[in-house]
Amino acid sequence: MDELLQHLVNALILGSTYALLGIGLTLIFGIMRVVNFTHGELYALGAYAVFLLEASLGVNFFLALAIAVIVGCAVGAAIELVLLRPLQGADIDTTMLVMIGAWIVMQNAELLYWGGASKAIMTPFPEQPLQIGPIFVSWLRIFVLVVGLALIGATYLLINRSKLGKAMRATFQDRDTAALMGVNIKGIYTATFAIGSGLAAAAGALLGPVFLVTPTMGDLASLKAFAIVILGGLGNITGATLGGFILAFVEEIGAGYVSSGYRDGMGFLIIIVVLLLRPTGLFARAERIG
Amino acid sequence: MKRAPALFWLLAIATVPLWLRDQYYLHVLITTAIFIIAAMSLNLLLGYTGQLSLGHVAFFGIGAYASALTTLGFDIELPGGFRVEHAPWPAVAGFGIAVAAAGLSGYAIGKLSFKVRGAYFVIVTISFAEVTRLVALNWVELTQGPLALNNIPPYTLWIPGVGDYEFWDKRAYYYLVAGVGVVTYVVIKRLVGSRIGRAMIALKENEPLAGSVGIDVTRYLVLAAVVSAAMAGAAGSLYAHYVKIIDPDIFLFIYTVTMVIMVITGGKGTLAGPVVGGVIFGFLPVVLRSFAAPAVQWIIYGALMIVIVFVLPEGIVPAVERWSRSWRSPRPAEATILASSKARDE
Repeated sequence: MDELLQHLVNALILGSTYALLGIGLTLIFGIMRVVNFTHGELYALGAYAVFLLEASLGVNFFLALAIAVIVGCAVGAAIELVLLRPLQGADIDTTMLVMIGAWIVMQNAELLYWGGASKAIMTPFPEQPLQIGPIFVSWLRIFVLVVGLALIGATYLLINRSKLGKAMRATFQDRDTAALMGVNIKGIYTATFAIGSGLAAAAGALLGPVFLVTPTMGDLASLKAFAIVILGGLGNITGATLGGFILAFVEEIGAGYVSSGYRDGMGFLIIIVVLLLRPTGLFARAERIG
Repeated sequence: MKRAPALFWLLAIATVPLWLRDQYYLHVLITTAIFIIAAMSLNLLLGYTGQLSLGHVAFFGIGAYASALTTLGFDIELPGGFRVEHAPWPAVAGFGIAVAAAGLSGYAIGKLSFKVRGAYFVIVTISFAEVTRLVALNWVELTQGPLALNNIPPYTLWIPGVGDYEFWDKRAYYYLVAGVGVVTYVVIKRLVGSRIGRAMIALKENEPLAGSVGIDVTRYLVLAAVVSAAMAGAAGSLYAHYVKIIDPDIFLFIYTVTMVIMVITGGKGTLAGPVVGGVIFGFLPVVLRSFAAPAVQWIIYGALMIVIVFVLPEGIVPAVERWSRSWRSPRPAEATILASSKARDE
């Protein structure tokens, strides 16, 4: 029982970062119809940015986190402006190929700059874990959970309460009508990609210190984000949030009770099962965001 | 006269080992040819039915593992106490099993994933490849996991007048791979030119319309997936018995990307496309490796992929065909009219 409780707590913490990854990807897909293969690399970039700022430049850990998210947004906006804007109107396979190319370039640039060895990020949190009854949680993980949940909440507010969010929802529902109503579609696309990338970078920056930072960490992150998004239905933010937590629970329980070797395979099994039973995702009633 | 180009290319393929004596270049040529077979099989799906399958390396890997395991033998215990023992078979049987195993998994994946299209389809196929990689990594009893399957024996063929011949020699292996490659090419050519091929192209162009005129869409897609997977499995078997060691890294996504780059560079949906793209990306590493680290090499690959989509979206072969057409007739406008009236006549 205690063991199960420990798994559940771990899954909750992991799930909050998975949800961030999933929301970022599903926003981009829902609004722009782009399968973003660079998502995992932006996740890795977030982790590396924290490492670079903290270890090499001596920036405070919390400030480094914030800067990493901004870097993620900026790189995302740059990708959108340079690669996707000229391709507007191209079919989904064409943009997919371009994003795969961008993904290969980014991953190998990271490998070239930082080398293949994994990096550890120091945090100001005490080593001694917090003990609540039979459960142990490190302070760092609690911090990850709090920030993760706060960012999820902030994204919801942004989409549902702000003017930008309203324009994003309008673009999602009907791009042409939104454009006729004076929504700057190009601007919305850039903003969407920047926000989605920022969320991926945030997830990477938060998980980087928990695990190690490696050049290939983005691959699995991309694939997991795909799994989460399929689970929740492409373009569905609530679905992606729940999907993130579900994937984390399944992984944690699967690794704990079935086989730890297949931990990262759980997401793919979920994809295959979900697509067999409910191809539009678990939470899809009608496609909409917000 | 119509057969002259085909004869020329066959002769060219057959005479390469006569002037190419350098063992290293011969090695590059063999691996390139193996990847061209895989790229041709991917082209059947990507180019002719229009389905972007990003899990193609799974069939290549399944073929490699099936072939290696058939040849090496294994002894495993399944859950429930069943024990499966398999004594080593000759490598040629491994080739057959590889084709069958890959074809079967192509059938299963086709049945499963053609329920969905577009982005969903792409993600299902990636997931499938990743699951096969994890199985190869974790089912240590069968696959040796990260320790890899070693000492895979070479093919042995009974050749009249020679007796049993073992394919150790690089030149002999080149002819074997080239033979399989030519067969693959001809099969795809015949398939694409047939009723089945026209149905596949029709459903790429307009799936609802193809369905409405009575083409059983899923049946043809699954058929394409089976044929394509079986060919990739054959390539995998050729690879396994050539390098003689395979590990779970054979399932890495990057190999699928290599095949996709070959197909789109050469020209998807053309017969010569994967061959042209395959030769370029097979020999590009040789050119690059003298001055570029592997990471730089991959950066160049990725950048090239983006550039090609922007500059030559249809690929090299269709572009060259267009240029040569406009070069032959000084007035391109007239040529277009002629071409379209010719198309109407046919």
